[in-house]
Amino acid sequence: MISTDINTALPEIILAVYAMAALMLAVYGGKDRLSGFIFWATAGVMVILGLMMAFAPAGTTSAFNGSFINDEFARYTKVVMLFGSAAMLLLSQDYLIKNKLFKFEFPILIALATLGMMLMVSAGDLMALYMGLELQSLALYVVASFRRDSIRSTEAGLKYFVLGALSSGLLLYGASLVYGFSGTTNFAGIAETIHGDNLDMGMLFGLVFLCVGMGFKISAAPFHMWTPDVYEGSPTPVTGFFATAPKVAAAGLFARVVHDAFGGAVTDWQQIVAFLAVVSMFLGSIAAIGQTNIKRLMAYSSIAHMGFALVGLAAGTEQGVQALLIYMAIYVTMNVGVFAFILNMEREGQPVTTITELGMYSRAQPLRAAALAALMFSLAGIPPLVGFFGKLFVLQAAVDAGIAWLALAGVVASVIGAFYYLRIIYYMYFGDEADALSVRMPMLHKVAFYGAALIMLVGAINLFGVPPIAADAAASLLK
Amino acid sequence: MDNLLSIVIFLPSLAALILAVVLRGEDAASQKNAKFLALVATIATFVISIPLLTQFDPSNTGFQFVEEYDWLAGLKYKVGVDGISILFVMLTTFLMPIVIGACWTVTTRVKDYMIMFLILETMMLAVFSSLDIILFYVVFEAGLIPMFLIVGIWGGKDRIYAAFKLFLYTLLGSVLMLIAILYMWFEAGTTDIPTLMQHQFASENMVILGVTIVGGIQTLLFLGFFASFAVKMPMWPVHTWLPDAHVQAPTAGSVVLAAILLKMGGYGFLRFCLPMFPVGSETMATFVMTLSVIAIIYTSFVALVQEDMKKLIAYSSVAHMGFVTMGIFAINQQGLDGAIFQMLSHGFISAALFLGVGVIYDRMHTRDIDAYGGLVIRMPVFALIFMLFTMANVGLPGTSGFVGEFLTLTAAFKANTWIAFGATTGVILSAGYALWLYRRVVFGDLIKESLKGITDMDMREKLMMAPLIFMTLLLGIYPALILDLIGPSVSALLEQVHAAQGVVMDAAPKAAAH
Repeated sequence: MISTDINTALPEIILAVYAMAALMLAVYGGKDRLSGFIFWATAGVMVILGLMMAFAPAGTTSAFNGSFINDEFARYTKVVMLFGSAAMLLLSQDYLIKNKLFKFEFPILIALATLGMMLMVSAGDLMALYMGLELQSLALYVVASFRRDSIRSTEAGLKYFVLGALSSGLLLYGASLVYGFSGTTNFAGIAETIHGDNLDMGMLFGLVFLCVGMGFKISAAPFHMWTPDVYEGSPTPVTGFFATAPKVAAAGLFARVVHDAFGGAVTDWQQIVAFLAVVSMFLGSIAAIGQTNIKRLMAYSSIAHMGFALVGLAAGTEQGVQALLIYMAIYVTMNVGVFAFILNMEREGQPVTTITELGMYSRAQPLRAAALAALMFSLAGIPPLVGFFGKLFVLQAAVDAGIAWLALAGVVASVIGAFYYLRIIYYMYFGDEADALSVRMPMLHKVAFYGAALIMLVGAINLFGVPPIAADAAASLLK
Repeated sequence: MDNLLSIVIFLPSLAALILAVVLRGEDAASQKNAKFLALVATIATFVISIPLLTQFDPSNTGFQFVEEYDWLAGLKYKVGVDGISILFVMLTTFLMPIVIGACWTVTTRVKDYMIMFLILETMMLAVFSSLDIILFYVVFEAGLIPMFLIVGIWGGKDRIYAAFKLFLYTLLGSVLMLIAILYMWFEAGTTDIPTLMQHQFASENMVILGVTIVGGIQTLLFLGFFASFAVKMPMWPVHTWLPDAHVQAPTAGSVVLAAILLKMGGYGFLRFCLPMFPVGSETMATFVMTLSVIAIIYTSFVALVQEDMKKLIAYSSVAHMGFVTMGIFAINQQGLDGAIFQMLSHGFISAALFLGVGVIYDRMHTRDIDAYGGLVIRMPVFALIFMLFTMANVGLPGTSGFVGEFLTLTAAFKANTWIAFGATTGVILSAGYALWLYRRVVFGDLIKESLKGITDMDMREKLMMAPLIFMTLLLGIYPALILDLIGPSVSALLEQVHAAQGVVMDAAPKAAAH
């Protein structure tokens, strides 16, 4: 019995054991001299685990009395998160070395955060959910303030911590209500107590609080307030990390909870999710217009993108979950590419984050400008770039589910959003000449940056076969 | 050759890829290489596309040269042409070498400029030949990216405003179409255009928020497509992006915009709105025709007071496109024939007019009408050619401009006398602004010092104009060339529309009887 449980959760156990072993090794071994090794080892472990998941046999297994579920859905999101984390970890090295932040704790914290995310998307129980969520959040609070001597970074960490704690509290309150009214913390058990669409008042309150808590984590408006400040204040690699894997985890968790536990009450949570989606899309799109700091801009962009992803979830169908999963994979790829670029925005060794600094970048660096433009058009969702297909599937799911009004709101928001992505292209191609940025870009960053841009350009051919995989994953969740 | 059409579509992009990868440097020699490569590629595309026309069977009203491959997520890459789209494909391949010729005087970022036009050509050809509605949307929208960059990078002083306006206006229209497309996909379960044309979308009246919508779903879907095509066309009152874009765009950009991109709107009405939503089209026909007439009269008046030549021609384009929409929504044979003819003819005439403005702009670097006068003395050839196209723009018999206007006016007269009455005043007004422009620029005394040294058109400019002159006169003298080609497809389309409307009309009394 216990051995099958362990087998089911083997990747998580490996990552946990690895993180603790690496910590011991570094503390008692060479401390920061081992940083380089630990960075690569952590990324290596993540990639290996990712491949393990990608080629794991199909089928659903659960462990620890149903509190840990390993199905196609979990594996899909885990693969995306592990690759995203590994990529951001490797990209962060250069920046951390330059800013004297190259400490061995960093990869270990990222590994622990990733572990938390993996637990989140596999959670089959409110307790397991909370454990995963807190493991992830606590690790992220620390990395947000990783630059201890910077006021901005410390502020970011503190803000994130206080608001994160508040959201955890709300989530816990919701969980306790759900437990109180259903008599179980197990998702399958909760689902059994739900008959039809009319939740009783206690359960409804519990559901709302759970959604609020998860809305915080996914940074959906109106629970987004922490996002711009934390994105701006954190060291850039950390910002890049925030924008990728944790978003996938939060979206995965959201889908898991509403479908596994509340699958019988779609119309109840559909309204909440649809509301979050509309507000996020519009707020993300409109608020980003005034931003000049590219990190803040990406923060609002991530809010808008999460709104779009939630449109898929709001559909409440298998197709919707599939669209959500495709969207998240595309979103992570775009963000890895964009942050590989932002990490290298500097002049004379000093990082710059104002978008006006990109003035006429296309003249100094035509290839890089073209790649960034491809990524921006993709973020804006203009065909034939891959970002469009993410939006297409989400909107299709919404229309098919009979919530065309949400799709309509989505496309209007996307037109508003297109403006600020175009603005970056405008600075690069038609703007006033700015002083040249440094041309240095490490090989690894080039690979990630150009790779992502290339994926955006050629992905329209068949999206690298992702849609059928996502369809299987969605089917396993709604089974 | 089984995939002739795909070769035609992707050849320009292939050339763009070669340009992007192979060519380096910004010196004069590599600039020249870039221009020649683009010219060769566009001419080759035209030559290869000729068999499309010669092997085309006009009596077959179905799609020809069809190719179908699986794409992602159940979508198809499916292309093909029928009697309507073949002409737009040919128009595009015919005009692109001239467009590249118009780029010859550009000296900044020539390679990128050529790449943009070549990619744009692929997108435009794909728009006119795609038979999968999602594929259509993808390429329809993708054309915006090169156009945005062409206006933004190589445009005039206020290019940034114009580029953003162009992009966001068109995007807003398009995304509404996307919603309609998604609904059709859901409702009909397919994205195949020929199948969708046969599909009967529900047309029972429906009530939304207390408002009764005649024609129900069909009208809503129609409006979704209308939003996109009306902006693209452009129709009054969403035309305001066009004058800005035209004025700021470089000459070649203006030519592409006026001659080809605007036709996408009219093509979209013919390909989607009429066959797929016959009831919706019928419901909205009077509304669209009214907008068309307003466009014809209003923009003609606006054109009268313009100080900027390009702006004047841009407004005249809006007026001429008004004839097109009026013809389409008269929903009869003359109307559709006339609309298609008018689009083709406007493709040649507006291209030539913008090229003409480009010719004198290259010499004097101003587009102010006041800065010119008496050009006939120094530029007799230019004066002659410009007069021909001014007359064609007015719709003088013997030029292609006449045929389109005459047919659409006949059709409008059949449908609604008042509409025809209003539109006819537009013909008079167009004579007013076009001839007045000609008088102010070409006639009069050559008193301005700066104009004394102006030179006449050179060989390149004459070569660019020659095919346009030939086509304008040929189509004006022998319009049957086009009308025979489109005739069967147009009648088939009309039959289908009337049949679908008939089904609904028959069903309505029965439903009432129950």
